[in-house]
Amino acid sequence: MTTELHVVGQSVARSDGVGSVTGRSLFTADRSFPGMLHLKMVRSPVHHALLKGVDLSEAEKVRGFVRALTHADVPHNVYTILGLIGVEPEEEFVLAVDRVRYKGEPIVAILAETEAAAMEAVSKVRLDLEELPAVFDVEEALQPGAPVVTHWGNNTFMFEGHNCRRVRYGDVEQGFAEADHIVEGVYSTSPIEQAPLETTGCIALPEANGRYTVYTNTQALYFSLDNTSIILQVPGNRLHFIGGMVGGGFGGKVDVIVEPLATLGAMKTNRPVRYVYSRSEEMQVSSTRSAWKIRVKDGVTSDGRIIARKVTSYADSGAYSRQTPYALTKHAANAAGPYAIPNVWIDAYCVYTNRTPTSAMRGFGVTMASFAIEVQMDRIAERVGVDPWTIRFLNAYRNGDIKPHRKPAEDATLIETMQAAAVLVGHDLPEAFKAMTSDPRPTQEGGR
Amino acid sequence: MDKVIVTFELAGRDVDVMVSPMTTLQSVLRNQLGHTAVKDGCRQGGCGSCTVLVDGEPMMSCLLPVEDVAGRSVITLEGITPTDGLHPIQQAFLDANGYQCGYCTPGMIVVAKALLDHNPSPSRDEVVDALSGNVCRCTGYLPIIEAIESAVRAAGQQEARA
Amino acid sequence: MARLRGTGMAAVNYPTGMNLGGDPSQALVHATTSGSFIVTLSATDLGQGLRTVIGQIAAETLGVAYEEVVIDTADTDTGPHDMGTFASRATHRVGNAVKAAALEARQAVLELAAEELEAAVEDLVTDGHGNVLVNGVPSRSLRIADLASRAQFQYGRTIAGRGSFMKPKSGVDPETGAMDPDSTEAHACTIAEVEVDTETGEVAVLSIRSAYEVGRQVNPALVRGQIVGGAWMGMSHALYETTEPYYPSRDHSPKDFAEYLMPGPREVPEIDCVVLEMPSSNGPYGVKGVGEMTANSPIPAIVNAIYHACGVRIDSLPVTPEAILRGLDALA
Repeated sequence: MTTELHVVGQSVARSDGVGSVTGRSLFTADRSFPGMLHLKMVRSPVHHALLKGVDLSEAEKVRGFVRALTHADVPHNVYTILGLIGVEPEEEFVLAVDRVRYKGEPIVAILAETEAAAMEAVSKVRLDLEELPAVFDVEEALQPGAPVVTHWGNNTFMFEGHNCRRVRYGDVEQGFAEADHIVEGVYSTSPIEQAPLETTGCIALPEANGRYTVYTNTQALYFSLDNTSIILQVPGNRLHFIGGMVGGGFGGKVDVIVEPLATLGAMKTNRPVRYVYSRSEEMQVSSTRSAWKIRVKDGVTSDGRIIARKVTSYADSGAYSRQTPYALTKHAANAAGPYAIPNVWIDAYCVYTNRTPTSAMRGFGVTMASFAIEVQMDRIAERVGVDPWTIRFLNAYRNGDIKPHRKPAEDATLIETMQAAAVLVGHDLPEAFKAMTSDPRPTQEGGR
Repeated sequence: MDKVIVTFELAGRDVDVMVSPMTTLQSVLRNQLGHTAVKDGCRQGGCGSCTVLVDGEPMMSCLLPVEDVAGRSVITLEGITPTDGLHPIQQAFLDANGYQCGYCTPGMIVVAKALLDHNPSPSRDEVVDALSGNVCRCTGYLPIIEAIESAVRAAGQQEARA
Repeated sequence: MARLRGTGMAAVNYPTGMNLGGDPSQALVHATTSGSFIVTLSATDLGQGLRTVIGQIAAETLGVAYEEVVIDTADTDTGPHDMGTFASRATHRVGNAVKAAALEARQAVLELAAEELEAAVEDLVTDGHGNVLVNGVPSRSLRIADLASRAQFQYGRTIAGRGSFMKPKSGVDPETGAMDPDSTEAHACTIAEVEVDTETGEVAVLSIRSAYEVGRQVNPALVRGQIVGGAWMGMSHALYETTEPYYPSRDHSPKDFAEYLMPGPREVPEIDCVVLEMPSSNGPYGVKGVGEMTANSPIPAIVNAIYHACGVRIDSLPVTPEAILRGLDALA
């Protein structure tokens, strides 16, 4: 097999470029179909409440109103998006039943002939709500006596019997005892919206052969199809999902939120149904990146080696867990950073609060870990009295080093990447760092 | 409310549309006239993806009642794209990868055309100013600025040859 | 009152693939009668250029020009299963599936060519321009377009391939967290330079300069697109963006782009990068993936640069002018 590459490695022109610069490529909401209905959602105006009644009588009188969808119309109304990969329990409501848990939670879907009619009908739906105390702070949510967000009675997702995802490697307390310095930091972030230029949306069409075609800008076509199949209790082969252009994803189009209800609407009315988020829905209701609170405690030797790292992280999952349990596991696999540390303890919590559910965003589980660890590294450097390059070269991991989740590092190139960065900015590294490689450590030093 | 008929010039030809009062130009262009290159990012004048040229000036069509363009000339990206090939600005965006997801691209190209029609050799500052009403989430703006600057250079070379 | 400059750095790694694996991708490849190849997928392009890099991987593997490959995606009726475009998995996993399918199709081409050229399959090579030839004997060659046509009409044979890639799903030990989370790791090191205005608290980012190591760049221009776009997004995360400016209170939550602050073209710094390629053991042509990680090292690099500039260490994002001013007051 020839080692010379002809195409891989070339900056060839994108095959879809002309469609983008002419605007000829169709995005989901650019399509329209005869008889198409518009779906607009009645949403909870409050953070946490008992939902005692829904009065549609005024809404039904709006000219252009076609029908409403409530939880009673949804065949499998309580689901969990990661059920497909075995995550339990089922906890999220496609449409609210007797309680709402976040401001913006969907309650009733209104189908109408025009967007304006749908929005007017939404504004005329009357909700009978009895507000409940709400909790917004992750550490408060974990205290006994905090308002309980979930319907199954706990504010923390359980990871196989534990209230957090755990990593235990070596003995951190022993490491702290042997350390010359203890360096601590608390790093916090607030929720961030993916904010793609194109909002989340889909159009569901009934076909003559009894199947449903769904044009959608989801990032994951089969994931959306399979969840829709579960929620609507129809075999997957009756669903035909078509993607194409996606006007930005960044993780904001991986939750399966619009397809099930649009398809249900198409089933109930036998007409195409369009469900596209407005910009304010995209900003306020579509899932965000979690807020994180990450506590790092490091034991460091006087020459700057980190010999113990304890990380306690809280991800604010919002009212439903969506994909956050997955993120906590990914976070735990990366929270100690690309460094060789012999003793690591990680507790990573998925905490429920009364806010918009959080879910995937670019760097899911890792972006904020990198923020915390890399600011922490500078803190350590300052405490020990070395510069930021030094602290990182001293601790950089190499191939063969055992990571805290007990997988040996491979394809490690942190050292080479830092060397290249130093050259780029004209920073002259000491010879010892210039000579370092990611080759496995000589065995005389012993395993870590 | 009674509907009204509004007549305006779209890409050089007169069109008549029947609308409820205060229907936006964006809605008319997208839903009645099939100009889906006019994008729909926010309907709040916050992103610029709906930008069109009204009498040569870039305007956010989501903020403009269609009555306001009665008798005036409207050009969308559809009107800028030639029947064959590409407008030089489009070619420049293609060559510089001044796009990723493509959603902000129509608005960016319309704004770029308005800029270069008024000011054939803008400074970088003037390019940045012209783009300040258009949001891009993917590219980080530098490739878009580079695309416009390369279109300026290409036009300058054309001029020199002519 | 002054404008103080500082630099800061960060070094990160980023995993490839859905965490723990178990995220399959499949692909189908078939030749048309004119020697083009259709690659059928259900994977989605988010605008990063996935269709293009997959086309490049297919063309490379088949031994044809990039222009001869058509990527047909995304449709669940025709495209085999794919887990989705997220977790920096697509070029790696979809690329591997396409490479496998293309290898099978390529093998069908070579077997037919071997028969016609009366040569051994092992002695045949492709030239990347649509020709199969006996290695070292350029006169003994056939056009793939002609082979594809004859396969259909003369031999009644398919020139096609199927491919699948999946990293088997790893468990997680509930006590120790032992797991196999990823296929490989890419790396980045970023140095940011900022200027802090001590009167207003505003931070201008002057430059974001990074080294990236991504295994293999299938399309260097598109990798650069991710690096530049990601640097901007990282700056945006560090200094501007939040859906809850008073978190954990939900008050004053932005509803539109006027309230959800992000840097505009005037705020964009100089963004510079160098890209290393140290091929991974399991990505197609050594690919690792780069789509998500590009916002990650800029964020702490900027925060560290702020500390270097003015002595205010901020541990909470976004770093607002108010936070800087409060920090400066506390130092005074």
